[in-house]
Amino acid sequence: MKAFILIIFLSILVSLPIIGHTGEKWSGVDEVVIEKIAAEHGRTPSEPLINTDQGDLLLFVFLLAGGISGFVAGYFFRKLEEGRDRN
Amino acid sequence: MKIRWILPFLIVLLSSNNAFAMHIADGIISLQWSLLWFALVIPFIFLGIGKIKKLSESELFFKPLIGLLTALVFIISVMPIPVPIVGTCSHPTGVAVSSIILGPFVSVIVSAVALLFQALFLAHGGLTTLGANIFSMGVVGSFTSYAIFRLCRKMGLGIILAGFLAGIMADWTTYAATSFQLASGLAKEGEMLSLLWKISLAFVPTQLPLGIIEGGITAGALLLLYKRRKDILLKMNVLQEEGK
Repeated sequence: MKAFILIIFLSILVSLPIIGHTGEKWSGVDEVVIEKIAAEHGRTPSEPLINTDQGDLLLFVFLLAGGISGFVAGYFFRKLEEGRDRN
Repeated sequence: MKIRWILPFLIVLLSSNNAFAMHIADGIISLQWSLLWFALVIPFIFLGIGKIKKLSESELFFKPLIGLLTALVFIISVMPIPVPIVGTCSHPTGVAVSSIILGPFVSVIVSAVALLFQALFLAHGGLTTLGANIFSMGVVGSFTSYAIFRLCRKMGLGIILAGFLAGIMADWTTYAATSFQLASGLAKEGEMLSLLWKISLAFVPTQLPLGIIEGGITAGALLLLYKRRKDILLKMNVLQEEGK
C-alpha cells in the first residue's frame, strides 16, 4: 500500500513538468509575484555576484548541481546503509 | 531500492527546466532590512552548530545523515514545479524532512548551506538577502514543520500523516514569512497590512498545490527512512516506540 502511494506520488511529480511545458510561458513566482511587486515599489533585483543566468549556462549549472547533489545524497545514503549493516 | 528511482528522477527534473528562482534576490529589499534578517538568524546558526557538534560526538550516523539531508534540501528547494492551473512555476522547500529528522536548529544550518550554494552558483536568491531567505525557509519553515509534526504525533497520528501535514505547513509558512519580509521591506507608510495581504494572496494559487506536493515529499522521505533505518528515527526521537 505504501509503495503504491509512493508510485502515485512520483507519477504526479513526473506529470506536472510535462503538463507545464505545453503552455507558452511558465514564469516563476519570483517574476510573477516578488519582482512585480518590488518593481511597483521602485526596487529591482540586482545582478548576482556570480551571474550564471546567461543563456544555456544556467541549464549547465543546474545539471551540474543536480548531478553533484544526487551523487552526494547517494554517497551518504550508502554510508547510512553501511551503518545499518554494522549494527 | 527506492532511492535509486528518486535520485535520477530528481536530476532529470533539475536538468530539464530553467531556474524559476523563488527566494528574495539581491536588491529587492534595502540593506537595512537585509541586515536585520541576518541579525535575527545569527542566534539560530550558532545554536544549530552547537547541536551538530554535540550530536556528531554521540551518534556515528549523524554526519552522513546531515550530508544526505543537506543534498536533499538543496535539490528539493531548487526543483521548479509548474502549476498547470495557474501557469506559473515554484518549488517546495524540503525543510520539513530535515527539521523532523534532525531537529529545527540543525535544519536551519542545512537550509543555510543549501541557500548559500543556490545564491552563489544558481542565481537563486542573493548574498545580501541570505539572512532573509534563511529566516523564512530555515527558521520559520523548520520550526513550524517541527511543531506541527510533534503536535500531530501527540494527537496520535502516524508518522506518515504527521509528516505530510508538517510538509504542507513548512511550505505555506515559508511563503507567508517571505510575504511578510517583502511587505515590511517594501511598504510605504500605512500600507503594510494591505501589501502583506496582496503578496500573500498572490502566492496562494501556486503554493496551495505545491504545499501538498511538499507534504508528499516529506511523507515519502519519512517512509523511506522508516523502512531502511528505523533505528535512526528512534534515536532521533522521531518515533517514540517501536512500530509506532
